[in-house]
Amino acid sequence: MNLSGQIALVTGASRGIGKAIAEKLAQAGATVVGTATSQAGAEGISAYLSEYNGQGQVLDVADQDSIDTLLKSMKDTVGLPTVLINNAGITNDKLLMRMNADDWDQVINTNLSSIYKMSKACIRGMMKAKNGRIINIGSVIGNLGNPGQSNYAAAKAGMLGFSKSLAREIGSRGITVNVVAPGYIQTDMTDELDEVQRNNLMEQVPLKRLGSTADIANAVLFLASDAAAYITGETLHVNGGMYMS
Amino acid sequence: MSDVENKVKEIVVEQLDLDIEVSDLNNSSSFVDDLGADSLDTVELVMALEEEFECEIPEEDAEKITTVQQAIDYVTENA
Repeated sequence: MNLSGQIALVTGASRGIGKAIAEKLAQAGATVVGTATSQAGAEGISAYLSEYNGQGQVLDVADQDSIDTLLKSMKDTVGLPTVLINNAGITNDKLLMRMNADDWDQVINTNLSSIYKMSKACIRGMMKAKNGRIINIGSVIGNLGNPGQSNYAAAKAGMLGFSKSLAREIGSRGITVNVVAPGYIQTDMTDELDEVQRNNLMEQVPLKRLGSTADIANAVLFLASDAAAYITGETLHVNGGMYMS
Repeated sequence: MSDVENKVKEIVVEQLDLDIEVSDLNNSSSFVDDLGADSLDTVELVMALEEEFECEIPEEDAEKITTVQQAIDYVTENA
């Protein structure tokens, strides 16, 4: 799948799933801007994208000024994004009875309100181009729920309704909006699980392994490509079968 | 035709993809009722006016711009 000529903006690209996505899109020929919250993170992205057409930039997805600054800078340099990957996200897990308002707001702002802000900022250019791809990285938890993650699950489920509505609004302009919903993926977080936890997890997964970040990046590449031009408002579950919609 | 009027009409013709000359566009034409615009078209039209005339049109004002003449008047008064 060839993305040459496309300009992809990938948030939360310093490690894990975001990094795999940024690399995959760059390999496919897209110009990629990957974002991180710190300067060091942005430099790391520039480093791993150095053999491709790509760079790291600092961005706080919860901050409108930060978003405006990045888009202005992209407009003046590589051009406005034609592919937006809303991947940046955080967790702040607590049982609801112990979850204070800040714990809730922080996760909703960073994981859900950010995609409102980012999408709005990027759509103007896409509408002009009459072409665009918005791919939001959700989670199987948005469908299944998980104890201790009511804030995270609410944000990820909210993302689905947002994506479907936006898909209906801007479909006539050739812009598609989809969600890729990972299951349990091998990352720093799942590396910390012990044998018992890991076995318990595997019982829920027909394919009997954790997903790789490449499994997610492949799904994103597909949705970003011309091959997925007629798919919008859809959620692509990449979870080894642990949840089938 | 004033410069503003001409520019507004150019934008309307381009944004709504109208198959007519700028000089043939009636000032009284309604974007939705006469020119076939949908709600997203009118949003794009306002965005194009903002860009061309380097102004910000608040949502409550944007809603009131429904005809070519209203767009000309708004830009003349505010840009």
